[in-house]
Amino acid sequence: MTPNVNLASHSFDQILALLVFLPVLSAIALIALHRAGWRLKRLISAVSVGILLLATIYLIVSGAGNTPQVYPMGDWPAPFGIVWVYDRLSGLMLLLTAILGVVSLTYAIATNEDHRGAHFHALFQAQLFGLNGAFLTGDVFNLFVFFEVLLLASYGLMLHGGGAARSKAGLHYMVINLVGSTLFLFAVGALYGVLGTLNLADLAVRIGQAPSSLYGVIAAASLMLFVVFAIKAAAFPLYLWLPGTYAETSAPVAALFAIMTKVGVYAMLRVHGTLFDADTAPASLVHLIGPWELWLGIVTLIMATLGVLAAMNLRRQIAYLILASVGTLLIALGVNTTESIEAALYYWIHTTLLSAGFFLLADIIRRSRGDDGWRVLPAMPRATLIGGLFLTYAMGMAGLPPLTGFFGKTMILHSVLDSPLMGAIFAVVLITSVMLVIALARSGSTLFYRVDQQEQAIAAEKVTATALTAVFTPLIIAAAMVLFALPLTNWLHGTSSQIKDTSVYIRHALNPAVSRLHTHEPHEPPTKSTRSDH
Amino acid sequence: MMSILFASLIGFLTAAGVFLSLRAQTFPVVLGLTLLSYAVNLFLFGMGRLKTDAAAVLGNSASYTDPLPQALVLTAIVIAFAMTAFVIVLALKTRAELGNDHVDGEDDASANEQGGPSA
Repeated sequence: MTPNVNLASHSFDQILALLVFLPVLSAIALIALHRAGWRLKRLISAVSVGILLLATIYLIVSGAGNTPQVYPMGDWPAPFGIVWVYDRLSGLMLLLTAILGVVSLTYAIATNEDHRGAHFHALFQAQLFGLNGAFLTGDVFNLFVFFEVLLLASYGLMLHGGGAARSKAGLHYMVINLVGSTLFLFAVGALYGVLGTLNLADLAVRIGQAPSSLYGVIAAASLMLFVVFAIKAAAFPLYLWLPGTYAETSAPVAALFAIMTKVGVYAMLRVHGTLFDADTAPASLVHLIGPWELWLGIVTLIMATLGVLAAMNLRRQIAYLILASVGTLLIALGVNTTESIEAALYYWIHTTLLSAGFFLLADIIRRSRGDDGWRVLPAMPRATLIGGLFLTYAMGMAGLPPLTGFFGKTMILHSVLDSPLMGAIFAVVLITSVMLVIALARSGSTLFYRVDQQEQAIAAEKVTATALTAVFTPLIIAAAMVLFALPLTNWLHGTSSQIKDTSVYIRHALNPAVSRLHTHEPHEPPTKSTRSDH
Repeated sequence: MMSILFASLIGFLTAAGVFLSLRAQTFPVVLGLTLLSYAVNLFLFGMGRLKTDAAAVLGNSASYTDPLPQALVLTAIVIAFAMTAFVIVLALKTRAELGNDHVDGEDDASANEQGGPSA
């Protein structure tokens, strides 16, 4: 490694720490300043999110993640201390989080949604803290801690603004996630009990060396972890909390939550992908998770499509669209080849950004029309612009060309050609796509064409240009993803190869010296209780 | 003997926790979640192996207990405590806003009139 890289990795450490600590420091400052004026709170929140976006873009552009970069917390060497690992997948997730943060914060400020409670911005920053931490950590228990951080913030954000329906959906959301957290601890405890480590890379090594008498416990613990991640990702049959939660919460929060289901999918890709890679894991455990992902993905996709057809308002319909995208992603993950993961990552970016924007658009429709249900109401103002946006979003989400949904689904279908389940996957993905097109066409014609001519239109809430900018942004990124599809897919191919080549990840994560040749001045190591300080 | 007692205690707490968290009123659900978190804390503690007459921390003694599960339990207790406090507040809030303590916000009488609780 050249000295150049060492210099880069030094500033890199600071950026990595910034990504996690900037939001938490902003959150603390915002809590302390909760009586301050809303201008100051908005300024702190916006500056924090803006810096996060710039930092994540810099990290991606600098190519720092081409080899996994390791930051040992407090300089405790892995596997004793907690490491943060930054690779291309983490970088992509961090960038998506930052983009969603900017988009939904812009919308929240433009519609004054943040005024409906004192702590919106503090919770928002805490949510970003939890998300960034979860995407960076290389330690399973630390992953649990960051899951709890992002969940606790999400409970607060979800309930922000109040209302009986929101409280009821919030209670369901919270209870199922608390059960999930308990299950997570059982799984982590069992893994530690038999393998004696919680570092992800170290776990992968020790699973390879474990005697076959332990395979049962390892499989049970890993499947429990899979259930936990399936709750987060909202896979069948653990998705019932999602439509209510996403439909009842406020629009900017629902937009930010578009990344929350992806946290579950990311955790499956990261944890199970690393633990049960064909190169390191014993042969009898390699196919532990894949078939579950594949079949649950297929069923999730079917159930979600039925939900999209049955939904009685647009927000609930979009919530089911998110579920459909989770099903599609799980299918691609279950096939588990470099090509299918590459395709999944392309679809992943597409669905995260577009579903967030779609939630914001549904809120604009609700504000302009008075309701986003299928009742016949007077025409809304600026129906051409909003209807045009709806058409574009609907085409993107349903997977019609020329938008990203089409390319994502095509890539996924192309990548499963060699799978033995190719017929079933093709049938389900194509038939559900047609049904999504039908459902969204019906929603669009109900919302925009079936107009009550007699009744006087309600005084629609004014939609500011800033709010519309927030809705346009995901579409612009989606358009760029189509225009620059070749460089993007090349980059994603590298990312997916990196995910599949877990031996590199393990080597770097367990031996930070490989990626960080520069030597630190030895300083007083903090006490081991850093683990419990979070 | 100690292991059997410990294991059956965890099993009993978990069973009671699962049973209670499947109830339809918020109060038993909160209790159930609390019992589940007790069970998992004991489970984590047990994963460092049960030892008697061993020093609590690494030191010069030949026999010591694994300190890591204790750190994990400490973290888990703090998180579970915060979450329990939050879920109690939320349960009280829904009780006030929906007028009853059913998890779906419907009391049994109105659920029966509609021919069963709606989702």
